[in-house]
Amino acid sequence: MNTDANRMNMMTAKELTRIILAKEEIFILDVRNENDYNDWKIEGESVEIINIPYFDLLDGVDEALDKLPDGKKLLVVCAKEGSSKFVAEQIVDAGRTDVHYLEGGMKAWSEYLEPVKIGDLKDGGSLYQFVRIGKGCLSYMVLSKGEAAVIDTLRMTDVFEQFAKEQGVQIKHTLDTHLHADHISGGRKLAEQSGATYWLPPKDATEVTFDYEKLEEGQGITIGSTTLRIQPIYSPGHTIGSTSFIIDDQYLLTGDILFIESIGRPDLAGKAEDWVGDLRNTLYNRYKELSQDLIVLPAHFGKVTELGEGGRVMAKLSDLFLHNPGLNIQQEKDFRSAVTENLPPQPNAYQEIRQTNMGKITPSEEEQREMEIGPNRCAVHDK
Amino acid sequence: MPEITADMTLDCKGLACPMPIVKTKKAIDQLDAGQVIEVQATDQGSIADIQGWAKNTGHHYLGTVEECEVLKHYIRKANPNEVNEEKKYPLIISSDELQKKLSENEKVTVIDVRETAEFAFNRIAGAVSIPLGELEHRISKLNPDDEIVVVCRTGNRSDMACQLLAGKGFKHVKNLESGMSGWNGSTINYDSQN
Repeated sequence: MNTDANRMNMMTAKELTRIILAKEEIFILDVRNENDYNDWKIEGESVEIINIPYFDLLDGVDEALDKLPDGKKLLVVCAKEGSSKFVAEQIVDAGRTDVHYLEGGMKAWSEYLEPVKIGDLKDGGSLYQFVRIGKGCLSYMVLSKGEAAVIDTLRMTDVFEQFAKEQGVQIKHTLDTHLHADHISGGRKLAEQSGATYWLPPKDATEVTFDYEKLEEGQGITIGSTTLRIQPIYSPGHTIGSTSFIIDDQYLLTGDILFIESIGRPDLAGKAEDWVGDLRNTLYNRYKELSQDLIVLPAHFGKVTELGEGGRVMAKLSDLFLHNPGLNIQQEKDFRSAVTENLPPQPNAYQEIRQTNMGKITPSEEEQREMEIGPNRCAVHDK
Repeated sequence: MPEITADMTLDCKGLACPMPIVKTKKAIDQLDAGQVIEVQATDQGSIADIQGWAKNTGHHYLGTVEECEVLKHYIRKANPNEVNEEKKYPLIISSDELQKKLSENEKVTVIDVRETAEFAFNRIAGAVSIPLGELEHRISKLNPDDEIVVVCRTGNRSDMACQLLAGKGFKHVKNLESGMSGWNGSTINYDSQN
């Protein structure tokens, strides 16, 4: 960051991510309208944030100045950037220093992915997690002997292409654990662009309009000339086709079935009552039968407290059976009500997102961006 | 769809935030209280922001029409010193009474004296739009013997309209108490007629 204390400075989403992960103190003034702010905002343990809409500051920023602590790094944020510059400039003119605006605003924040290494694989190769910190989505890339597979690819496919290029690997497979309802999958697009194979669970794909390979239990996918196998485990509940993956006998990618501090919601395809039994069976029986030393890697996180060292979102399966509230509901009827009643609001435009992921509608880039605005809300405890 | 006329049109097409709101604020300063501005914008974010701005400043956000990817926002300038002016016209009718008359198909003419933009976005079914400023020269189209109920937003403009009509010999004129703000019957809005 080229910081010039006496003028307004630009901060990128990447820089902000590093600040949040390093738990450096930052004060954020979010100048979007109240509804947008209440729906979704930047979070972090070291983040202090307030909301004053820019249109309340048209006559000057005096009202805001009183609320901004002097001597702390200040970041002004808006939807796209324009209004944050408008406000930040006035704050600088009022004599404040260390003032920044977020480049690209919340739009850029929503789309930024931070790659973090989860670990090395036994026979060489490695596993990376891509943390979409602004929206709480997680993607994965498995690399082995010049080849790669991407799991739960996000819409920003260029990030994965660029990363693969840097690592000198060719993307051979893209896999989705399930038909996503909170974000638009980049799996099909990335597969097309890199000549890879796109895999989907067939039970989630009954209505899709494109060709895909069927993810079926017992049928492993090989990456890097038989070095690494991805084992699909049929684990319905969030969707009827939801499939988990065991990678290298070490990692369990749980999709939207099991998170670190919560569990998946069964209602986003409109079948909560039908799927609640599957969800319980997957969580309380199927996952119980697996090695409890597996490291769980979910497709989402709900709170910043779920971010571990360097931003990694991971936990041992045995620890989750001890601490995750969703895995500790003894009575079936209590479980049923926990996952079907008082659920958080459904993700923004989730119906349209599902249609898009089935290939039934093809919104423009801008429309896709709008559809994805807001938090992911795939877990039962995301309020 | 009734035609919407505005006292001022502001072109904010192609501008990103904060400019549509910055320009709207400047423009509305030049209007008189009660006048309506049409703000044309292409930034989708302007919908929520103009609503939020209007709410916080007290101006009346009336509604937005989207035509060929252009958003037309309508805002009526508030009177900064608005008080409930003393009503001078004695005959009033309550929301419930008018609803009863309408549901029983009594012959009653409902005249809405708000601006066309206000009328377009939210009105009583069957109401006739005659903005207060046009009432005098359109009065010849009305029958002085008809039963007439006059409605506006809060009851002030309709109070003046009632006085005007009574002065011209209209015999059965009533003011709808609290206007649309007190109306709890059904309404027609812009969406329901498209």
